[in-house]
Amino acid sequence: MKNSRRSFLKIAGVSALGLVIKPVFNTFASSEEHAEHLKPDFSKKNNALTGKRWGMVIDTRKFQSEEDLKPIIDACNSIHNIPDLKVKNHEIKWIWEDEYEHAFTDSENEYVNERVKHLPFLVLCNHCDDPPCVRACPTKATFKREDGIVLMDFHRCIGCRFCMAACPYGSRSFNFRDPRPGIEHQNPDYPTRTKGVVEKCNFCAERLAVGKMPKCVEVSNGAIAFGDLDDPDSTVRKLLKENYTIRRKPSLGTHPSVFYIV
Amino acid sequence: MLENALKGNKGYWTLIIVLLVIMGVAGLCYLKQFTFGLGITGMSRDVSWGFYIAQFTFLVGVAAGGVMVALPYYLHNYKAFGKITILGEFLAIASVSMCLLFILADLGQVQRALNVLLHPTPHSVLFWDMIVLNGYLFLNIIVGWNVLEAERNSVPPPQWIKPFIYISIPWAFGIHTVTAYLFCGLPGRHYWLTAILAPRFLASAFAAGPSLLLLLCFIIRKVTNFDPGKQAIQALAKIITYAIIANVFFFLCEVFVAFYSNIPGHTVHLKYLFVGLHGHGVLVPWMWASVIFMTVAIILLVNPVTRQNESILMVSCILIFIGTWIDKGLGMISGGFVPSPLHHVNEYVPTILEIIISLGVWATGFFILTILFKIAISVEQEVEA
Ligand code: SF4
Ligand code: SF4
Ligand code: SF4
Repeated sequence: MKNSRRSFLKIAGVSALGLVIKPVFNTFASSEEHAEHLKPDFSKKNNALTGKRWGMVIDTRKFQSEEDLKPIIDACNSIHNIPDLKVKNHEIKWIWEDEYEHAFTDSENEYVNERVKHLPFLVLCNHCDDPPCVRACPTKATFKREDGIVLMDFHRCIGCRFCMAACPYGSRSFNFRDPRPGIEHQNPDYPTRTKGVVEKCNFCAERLAVGKMPKCVEVSNGAIAFGDLDDPDSTVRKLLKENYTIRRKPSLGTHPSVFYIV
Repeated sequence: MLENALKGNKGYWTLIIVLLVIMGVAGLCYLKQFTFGLGITGMSRDVSWGFYIAQFTFLVGVAAGGVMVALPYYLHNYKAFGKITILGEFLAIASVSMCLLFILADLGQVQRALNVLLHPTPHSVLFWDMIVLNGYLFLNIIVGWNVLEAERNSVPPPQWIKPFIYISIPWAFGIHTVTAYLFCGLPGRHYWLTAILAPRFLASAFAAGPSLLLLLCFIIRKVTNFDPGKQAIQALAKIITYAIIANVFFFLCEVFVAFYSNIPGHTVHLKYLFVGLHGHGVLVPWMWASVIFMTVAIILLVNPVTRQNESILMVSCILIFIGTWIDKGLGMISGGFVPSPLHHVNEYVPTILEIIISLGVWATGFFILTILFKIAISVEQEVEA
């Protein structure tokens, strides 16, 4: 009797421990399991688009209201498996909209014209030429490629969030939980992320590699241009030559590669 | 010497068990965090560092504060600190251990922590912070243990330990300087983007660390027959006085620069912390409490009559410890993140789980501290007997 009670306690104890430890093992196991297909494919195919410094020009005159921006944001969200997690603290954003006073915090103008005042602006990672996020990252999980794109290795990221503190544009998001339950239609061509890593817009590096323009550019009806800032004949350079453009927080010396025509 | 940790009275064992229980409960909460993710905390996209990093920052200060007894003793041969220097070193060991645990608790992918070593990145301050913290831990273990061993055998410490002692002194300044550089080199975070951040961190460290040490000395004197000596206590009290004055002075410099220049980026964080912004201000009462605590402590410490009264001194130390903890352990990190780079006000409040996990790390630190102090005091008593 005494013996069986003791062994019962022992078994109960071991199983309780198991209950606690199992999820831990699962996490290890699942991060291994996903590792294979988690890497986005950035390797350049024959028809890859190449450049020395990719940049973007957003013509805000072509947008009237939030309705015009929604398809652009949705397109990026759906191809990149960006979850909708409902909880504000957990939200993930690659490209989103904000008002002039929030997008251009150091160009404050209390008498700014009505159109600009109420116009929603698209904001995303600026793929800075001198990116503070890259400087801060202790593992090189965030790095700048030769073509100017600031990319992330989701497998190397330790989730220290130093890059988030370093980015002066709030461009980065952290996976505060497993994002997969928040993805409605998973795009099998792009990896989903695991909890505990940072992510952001990648200038559609996976699309450039197969000769395609970034998704947001493609669905913008010509409102967003993308090209090589280093090439004087590129469309972006032409636009920059012909129009007055502004960038976000230029005084910080990060040299953003995203320009706005207002 | 380790065997001394296994012999103790009822009070000692009760403390050990209480700490172990807290650690156990916190461990279970951490498992929850480990499986679900950092979403169990109050952090968000806008406030991406919270309680853990704030505790880490404060404790780096406590660790560095130990140098305020080591420096006079080793460099100026100030004999009165002989008995408490070892306690300062052991406090540093416990504090740095907590710092490292808080960093680990804050990582999203803790099982990849070694990536920092596998892919060393000298342009990242975090890489250097890891080096200085581990180095400081190592230095204090080496120095503390050998000096104590020598004391037990009533011989002078071995000669080879000298270089380690001398290195450990600037190193203490280094750990908090590098920790300040984590914050003050970030463009667009105006609350931290100030050259005085590292000096300010050091000043608050040299007040908070020795205050805690004094409080610990008072407790030890009560429960054992160990006496650090009146002279040591008063000398330490003077150091605390100067440090806390410097801390408040540096802070006032910040306030002047922000509000006289009236540059919104600089004033806005202080406004958020002290009067609230757009109706948000969870930290307002805390920040004012911090200012009041530090001011009262300065008044009590500057006056020799009150400083020499040990009960009042004890109260002052408590005020300083809490005041500096609020300043660094609550306000410094959230204050820097609110408002966000896009000027949105999203506040941060730690969750219960986050607080329990933090308590667990504190308990681990005090567990290490209890054992180390027990050993140190047993040796002192052996030598005296
Ligand atoms: S916008 Fe932010 S995340 Fe993007 S490159 Fe610049 S600093 Fe890095
Ligand atoms: S969170 Fe990841 S990407 Fe960001 S700094 Fe840390 S390791 Fe680098
Ligand atoms: S460039 Fe690609 S990743 Fe970046 S916002 Fe546009 S669609 Fe999204």
